[in-house]
Amino acid sequence: MGIADTYHNMELQPLLVLGLPSIFPSFETLNSHKYIFLKAFSSKLPLLQFLATKNVAPSSIRAILCDPRQAVTADILGVLPSMGFILTTTAGMDHIDLPECRRRGIQVVSIGSLAADDVADMAIGLFIDVLYKISANNRRVRKCVASKSLNFTIAPKLGGKRVGIVGLGSIGGEVGKRLEAFDCKVMYHSRNEKPFVPYPYYSNVVELAANCDALVVCCPLTKQTRHIINREVMLALGKDGVIVNVGRGPVIDEKELVRCLMEGEIGGAGLDVFENEPSVPKELFELDNVVLSPHAGAHTEESCQVKCELVAASLEAFFVSKPRIVPAIIDERHFYPSFECLPVSSGEPAYA
Amino acid sequence: MAEEAHNNHHLQDLPKVLVLGPPTCFPTLQPLYSRKFHFLNPNPSGLSLQHFLRLHHHHPSSIPAVLCSASDSVTADVLRLLPSLRLVLTTSAGTDHIDLRECRRRGIQVAGAGGLFSEDVADVAVALLVDVMRKISAADRYLRTQNHSNTPWDMFTFGSKLSGKRVGIVGLGSIGMEVAKRLEPFGCIILYNSKHKKATVSYPFYSSVVDLATTCDALVVCCALNEQTRHIINKEVILALGKGGFIVNVGRGGLIDEKELVKCLVEGEIGGAGLDVFENEPHVPEELLKMNNVVLSPHCAAFTVESTMNLCELVGGNLEAFFSNKPLITPVE
Repeated sequence: MGIADTYHNMELQPLLVLGLPSIFPSFETLNSHKYIFLKAFSSKLPLLQFLATKNVAPSSIRAILCDPRQAVTADILGVLPSMGFILTTTAGMDHIDLPECRRRGIQVVSIGSLAADDVADMAIGLFIDVLYKISANNRRVRKCVASKSLNFTIAPKLGGKRVGIVGLGSIGGEVGKRLEAFDCKVMYHSRNEKPFVPYPYYSNVVELAANCDALVVCCPLTKQTRHIINREVMLALGKDGVIVNVGRGPVIDEKELVRCLMEGEIGGAGLDVFENEPSVPKELFELDNVVLSPHAGAHTEESCQVKCELVAASLEAFFVSKPRIVPAIIDERHFYPSFECLPVSSGEPAYA
Repeated sequence: MAEEAHNNHHLQDLPKVLVLGPPTCFPTLQPLYSRKFHFLNPNPSGLSLQHFLRLHHHHPSSIPAVLCSASDSVTADVLRLLPSLRLVLTTSAGTDHIDLRECRRRGIQVAGAGGLFSEDVADVAVALLVDVMRKISAADRYLRTQNHSNTPWDMFTFGSKLSGKRVGIVGLGSIGMEVAKRLEPFGCIILYNSKHKKATVSYPFYSSVVDLATTCDALVVCCALNEQTRHIINKEVILALGKGGFIVNVGRGGLIDEKELVKCLVEGEIGGAGLDVFENEPHVPEELLKMNNVVLSPHCAAFTVESTMNLCELVGGNLEAFFSNKPLITPVE
């Protein structure tokens, strides 16, 4: 009785794991009785070779669990003829070749707005930190000998600041809500103007930057948003301007950002994401007006638990009932849809 | 020459304000109001108060007003030196450095910063809470010290979600209300303890701080320091808050039994702390300097560029009101 025999056992499905999704250790522990986890993330071998070492036929693999650390490319999909379901543990789907999935009829599912509040909390945390130099002061106090006085630099006040949200989706909306409570003036740029939104809309990011004291980047990574925050935008924001990014690293021209920070062309930055994670530009380590975060926006203990439950539920829904479109499951405690399906026939090119 | 004499003569007519400290805002304040008030600033001379006054021929009984900051104790001894004192004006919201009872006995009015700093302090209180719960400073430190060759980020542990957490505000005054307002959109559930229940507020009131701590996931301490509130956060409260609990203090160091807090943090009895104030500033307990689940702030919550200017206006306004026998703008009751 080899692994081949268990393919037909509904209890133990092969699941290809790419990435490594941050929830995977917990998920694996909870679901080891349901799936054979093919941990491709841990192997340097090309996928076909990796599967061969596990004695697994590529045609037996119908589902992928992934996260942005490993791209789901057309090449990978090309060797998996039975692929039907890709589940990413993030809101973003830019690491997945969506046009190829659409062509093949593969369902792609993300966690949607499940972690929007956590990411928004991180955005605000980073923003206030940069402005009030919380992390920098924390470092300074630790360096100070007890007898010295606690010196600090005076900060600019947060209240009254004009803050431009780039991408007013679920996350951007949560950010705006929080900023209002600090008496900030909120404005935004998005792909389209949103009806029923009280904030002023700017169709042009440079214009938004010129009218703001800070930008909070919350948008997904697409062909249109790659490097949307470029030198022109940063110069328009100005020498006291602050940029916070909780979207995707490549939304900002990182080389330019570093240059502008080093040259004092902008006032500071709070960054949860980077162009080539986990690589962080070394120049930033020397700066006190920058706060660095290891892509932790969506990661809290509590959201990890909820994600595990929802990933388990959606995988089960796929393997058990194989529906064309998996329905959204509303969690009564959180009132969030459990995930968002990419419609099979969407005309919008999304792959960056 | 004549102009100098004229200026000197003019100075003699101005009401005297003895400046202790001096407060951080004084370099900004002095040029703005030197035509209206005669500021006596002993600090640069290094002399004692009495010596300074004698040297400059200012009889102590000619001093009607004192301007100080939170760092300057206005004790009964200091008050005794100034028999004609009628106003103590502090640039802080806090008044725990002033012998209020003695002032009351002598009929000396006291004025402070009122609600001037409340928004800025609330901003920092929320920042410290988000930071300690989501481990922002700790992660930043981790990246700066660990990440020299693309170290993977898996080693870093997750923080705690804010949404749905119960946050207990200790002292629902001006600052406490601003903290509550800011935390609501984070999805936090606000509860509070205060000297008295507030009729106009819908947040659940807890008359016992221990009960509040038992119910809450985090405490934000915003109250004034006085005889009733000293060490209001004691060992019992800290243990009631529990291993996953967080404490933020933007009030005064003396509100928390610092020795106990340090012990509980070291022993893992609470989850973490964000502290802008300490019992014996500028001293910070050494154990805290190495801890990853503590965010340390050098008592700077009130200090923004805008608040300095606003403070100068408020101080000037209070002095003007006092010397024209009008009601003070921000009297301390």
